[in-house]
Amino acid sequence: MIWKKLFAWLDERLSLTELYKATLDRPEPKGNWWNTLGSASLFLFLLQGATGIFLSVYYTPSPDHAYDSIQYIMNNVAFGWLIRGIHHWGATLMVLVVFIHMLRVFVTASYKYPRELTWLIGVGLLLCTLGMGFTGYLLPWDQKAYWATTVATSIAGSVPWVGPFIMRALRGGTDLSALTLSRFFAAHIWMLPAVLAGLIGTHIYLIIKHGESEFPGKDD
Amino acid sequence: MAGSHNISRRDFIKITTAAVGTFIGAAVGLPAIAYLIDPALKSGSTDAWIPLGKLDSFVVGTPTPASFTRSTVNGWEKTVNSYGVFVLRTSETDTLVLSNKCTHLGCHVNWNTDKQEYICPCHDAQFGLEGQVLGGPPPRPMDRYSGDQVKVTDGTLLIHFMGG
Ligand code: HEM
Ligand code: FES
Repeated sequence: MIWKKLFAWLDERLSLTELYKATLDRPEPKGNWWNTLGSASLFLFLLQGATGIFLSVYYTPSPDHAYDSIQYIMNNVAFGWLIRGIHHWGATLMVLVVFIHMLRVFVTASYKYPRELTWLIGVGLLLCTLGMGFTGYLLPWDQKAYWATTVATSIAGSVPWVGPFIMRALRGGTDLSALTLSRFFAAHIWMLPAVLAGLIGTHIYLIIKHGESEFPGKDD
Repeated sequence: MAGSHNISRRDFIKITTAAVGTFIGAAVGLPAIAYLIDPALKSGSTDAWIPLGKLDSFVVGTPTPASFTRSTVNGWEKTVNSYGVFVLRTSETDTLVLSNKCTHLGCHVNWNTDKQEYICPCHDAQFGLEGQVLGGPPPRPMDRYSGDQVKVTDGTLLIHFMGG
């Protein structure tokens, strides 16, 4: 068969079989649905990435056009409502799933030696996921988004000493403006996803390296 | 379990995963393609019959200016363009409408009654009463609406505007 030959040719050069064994065919403790939440988080991250890229085809991060471009996606582009709907609900779901994933790791005490770093990176992942929600919320530039961000950035401004500076850094000035919208956009589509991708890669490398922790039994 | 109707747990998981994966992929992937190519599927036709006024209001034999606006919607952006024409009733029954846009570089030409020609203010093009080039740099006669691009409905003169 030509496909077998082609695969053998590729496999010899790329070690696909070894790669598969190391990543997907590794030994697991007895299956448990709670252990699927990390993979679910990864899936949601990829789904958000894909739908987000599609949204950026029409979305325009400027105060003049942000709202109209989203109305256009919702009402005039084929399946725009679907793409935006998935991204919108996926965002909420992702925060939820990541959070429950963290709870399960906490409850099963899987953060202990040798997985402390996996946990620490997980903290970064949670923060970035929340950051994605925070920055994404402003992008529709409607009343709800505008005031939510006004309030949230003022809360950041209440930190003693450095608060006002943090607030100006987040807003890109003293008030919410075009600068706020474009820096939130940059954070939402470039900076946070890049950091997330890097952290997820390290997270998963560590999981593969250490294997998954055994679910605690009755005696633990 | 070869030969039996039962499939192994492993194969069941494999097949289910592949099926669910394909389903989700298709459910998101196919709409995504439609989403991407959507603007290409919308017909960009902007042609319309534009009313220029009552036919009676145009004097036979004298070019009379008229104008209209057209708005184009591109995505969430609306652009309004205005267009100018000269209406020339060549006889009681026939009407010729000329675009005032110079065929050289697009300046607006004016009708000069003394000289009985259209003069372009930009590079001195001259066009005759029916739009023919009399002098200057234009490569072709003035753009025109005539024949079946012009009609009269209920006494109103209309031209068939094709966009641009
Ligand atoms: C974008 C967010 C995240 C993704 C994509 C992700 C992905 C994963 C995956 C695929 C696994 C292995 C399967 C599993 O046990 O569920 C895992 C395990 C783990 N995750 Fe996450 N995770 C995320 C967030 C977090 C957070 C917020 C924490 C904690 C602060 C965390 C801590 C851990 C730890 C300690 C393990 C090892 C669990 C064990 O070995 O039993 N992760 N993660
Ligand atoms: S634009 Fe009219 S002569 Fe050049």
